[in-house]
Amino acid sequence: MFSILKARLKQGYRTFAYPDQEPTLPDRFQGRPVLEPSKCAGGCHACEEACPTAALARTGPDLKLDLGQCLFCGACANACPRQAVTFSRDYRLAARTRNDLVLGDRERQAGRRVDEASRRLFGRSLKLRQVSAGGCNACEADLNVLSTPVFDLGRFGIQFVASPRHADGVVITGPVTKNMELALRKTIDAVPTPRLVIAVGACAISGGIYRDHPEARNGADAVTPVDLFVPGCPPHPYTILHGLLALLGRVE
Amino acid sequence: MDTACSCFNGERMALDAIPCLPMDTLRARVLQAMQHGARVSQWFGLGLPDNKVRVFAVLAEPGQGQLSVLSGLADQSYRALTPECPQFQGFERELAEQWGVVPEGHPWLKPIRFQSGCAPGRTVWHDTAGQPPQIGVADFFSMGGDEIHEVAVGPVHAGIIEPGHFRFQCHGEIVFHLEIVLGYQHRGVERALRNGPDRRSIHLAETLAGDTTVGHALAYCQCVEALSGVNPPPRAQALRGVALELERLANHTGDLGALSGDVGFLPTASYCGRIRGDFLNMTALLCGNRFGRSLVRPGGVTLDLEVTRADDLRCRLAAALKDVTSAVELLWTTPSVLARFEDTGALTPDVATTLGLVGPAARACGLEQDVRYEFPAGIYCYAQIPPATWHGGDVFARAYVRWIEIQRSLAFIREQLDNLPEGPILESPRPLAASQAVVALVEGWRGEISHMAITDDNGRFAAYKITDPSFHNWRGLALAMRNQQISDFPLCNKSFNLSYCGHDL
Repeated sequence: MFSILKARLKQGYRTFAYPDQEPTLPDRFQGRPVLEPSKCAGGCHACEEACPTAALARTGPDLKLDLGQCLFCGACANACPRQAVTFSRDYRLAARTRNDLVLGDRERQAGRRVDEASRRLFGRSLKLRQVSAGGCNACEADLNVLSTPVFDLGRFGIQFVASPRHADGVVITGPVTKNMELALRKTIDAVPTPRLVIAVGACAISGGIYRDHPEARNGADAVTPVDLFVPGCPPHPYTILHGLLALLGRVE
Repeated sequence: MDTACSCFNGERMALDAIPCLPMDTLRARVLQAMQHGARVSQWFGLGLPDNKVRVFAVLAEPGQGQLSVLSGLADQSYRALTPECPQFQGFERELAEQWGVVPEGHPWLKPIRFQSGCAPGRTVWHDTAGQPPQIGVADFFSMGGDEIHEVAVGPVHAGIIEPGHFRFQCHGEIVFHLEIVLGYQHRGVERALRNGPDRRSIHLAETLAGDTTVGHALAYCQCVEALSGVNPPPRAQALRGVALELERLANHTGDLGALSGDVGFLPTASYCGRIRGDFLNMTALLCGNRFGRSLVRPGGVTLDLEVTRADDLRCRLAAALKDVTSAVELLWTTPSVLARFEDTGALTPDVATTLGLVGPAARACGLEQDVRYEFPAGIYCYAQIPPATWHGGDVFARAYVRWIEIQRSLAFIREQLDNLPEGPILESPRPLAASQAVVALVEGWRGEISHMAITDDNGRFAAYKITDPSFHNWRGLALAMRNQQISDFPLCNKSFNLSYCGHDL
C-alpha cells in the first residue's frame, strides 16, 4: 500500500489544461498545409507527382489539396523546389463537410459546430461507440490515448462506451473494408437516433492509402452520412480532441 | 541442405539460384529441416503463366544465422505439411485461398481472410460469381453435452479495438477451445504492392500495422535496398535502431498498462497509458509523427538527429525510465496482480515450438528467439541486444519479458545516442535489379516481421509477401485459452496483444 501511494506522488498530476492552454506540438509536426500557388513555376507538377494519394491537384494557376486524402507525409513539400507547399503546425483540421476539407482557390469554412438542437442534446454529455473498419490501428491507438490522464476525455463529458445502444454516435476508422461493411452498418443501426457520425483519419474520410482498392469502400460516407471529418494519418490526438470539442461548440 | 539457397537476412539472391523442386521433394526437404529445429518464416505462392504456382518456403535456421529459401512447382494440389508440422496450418490455408492450391489432408482447411484469389478463378473458395464467401460463414469446431455452451464475440468488440470473431466452446466457465476468425481488416495490401515499387509502396508498408510502422517500413526498406544495391549510411542505421526500439518501448509500456487494467489494478494502468504517450512523443521529436511515419525510407532515414535534439531525447529517456520503473515495479509487488498473472494462459515450450511462436510470446516460454540476435541486420550487427527470456509461458512471463525488454531497449538507445556515427543519413535510390529475390526480417515489438520480395524481368515486384508476427501467434492465443476461465480471455488476449490488420493485410 505504501509503495502504491509513493508511486502516486511520484507520478504527479499530468492532465494538460487543454483547451485553456495551447498544446506544444513537436517542431517537426506536419499540420495544416499552406498553399502558395503564386510561387509555382509554370508547368511544374512535382508536388502532384510526389503525392501518394493524389490529394494534390494543380490545374492552371490553382493548387488544391484535399485534407481528406492527405497523409501529411510531406512528400509534396519535399518535392516542391519553390516552397509553394509547406506544412504549418496548426493541428486544428476537422471539418463538418467533405468540401470544407479542400484547401485551394477560395477560402471557405462553414462553422464546425452542430446545430443548436444537437448541441443541447450532446454538448455536455456525448457517448461514442468506435468501430474499426479496416485501416492500420494507428487511428484507434490515438483515439485510445484520449482516455489517458494527459487528455482525460471524460472531463468534457465525452466517453467511449461498449454498446452501440448506449451511444450517441459512432466514430469510424478505416476505409470500410468489404469484410467489415455489414458489421459497421449493423452497429450504426443499433445506435439510437439522433446520432452523430465521426470519421477519423484519411482512410475513413476517403479510403486514404487504400483508395479504390476493390477490397474496401472509399471511406465511411459510402455507408452513412458523416457529421465530422477529422483528417490525418493518423490525426494527432489534439486534432481529434479539438474536432470533437468544436463539433459540440465548446471551442472555436 | 544442398537443395536450398542459403542467405543472410536482407541478402539478395538471383531467382534462378532458388531451387525449384517437385512438390513432394520440397515437402520432404522442408519437413526434414523442421525436424532439425527450423521455423517457417514464409510459405506462399507465385502464379506462373502456365497456370502453375511456384511455392516458396523460407525457413529460419536457428544457430546458423541464415535463412534457407527453396521452392516447388505446384499444380492443383499437394500433400499437406500441417499434419506433420502444425506451424504450416495458417500458411497452407492462405496458399489455398490465394492460389487455389489444395493441401490434401489439411485437418482444418477453411478460408483464412475471406479474400478473393490472387488471379481470377484461382481460389479454393468462391461462389458462382467468383466472389469470396461471406466472412465468418464457415465450419466451426463444436461440442455437445450437458453444460456445454458456445460464446460468440465480435467482429465488433467492446473497446476501441480492431475487429475479429471469437468462438469459445465452454463447459461451464471453462474454455475447451477457442476458434478465431479474422479477415475483417483485409484491404488488399499485398495485391497493391505487386508491380511496385511506386510512390504508394512505402506508405502501404508503414500501414501494414500502424503500431509497427517503423518495423514494417524497415523490413520493406531492407528489401528494396538489397534489390537495388543501396547501403544505408551508418548514421541512418543507428537512427533506425533508435526508432525501432522507441516503438518497442511505447508498445510494451502500453501493454503492461493494459494488462494492469485488465486485472483491475488502476495505478499502473493509468501511469503506463500516459508513459506510452511519452515514448510516442519521443518518436514525434525525431520525425514529427508519433508513429514514426515518413522517417524510414529506402536508402536511410529522412531526418537527422541534431546534437540539441539528441540531448532533448536523452533527457526525456531519463525521465521516462524513472516513471516507467516506478509504475511497472508496482505490478511485481502487488499480490492481487500476481495472483491473476501467474499460471494464467500458460503455454509450454513444446507448444510454442510446435506452433512456431515468435516474439515475446515465444521468449516467455524460454525460447531464445530474437531476430536482432539470430539474424541481425543493420545496427544490430554491431550493437547486440541479448534475447530477454523468462519461463512459465504464462501471462506473468509475457509481461515480465516485456519489462526486461523495456530496460534493454532504453539502454540500447542511450548507447546509440552516445555513439552516433557521423555522416550522411540517406543514400539516393536506384532501380531494382531484375529477377531477384530477398528476405528481410526485423524483430518488431510483437516478434519476427518477415517480408519477401521477388522482382520480375523489369525489376518490378512480381510478388511481395508479408508475414506479420501475429500470423504465427494468433494460434498461440487460442491454445493458451484451453482450460482457462472464459473471464480470463481479456487478460490472455492482452498478454499477446496481436495485430488484426497485420494478419489480415
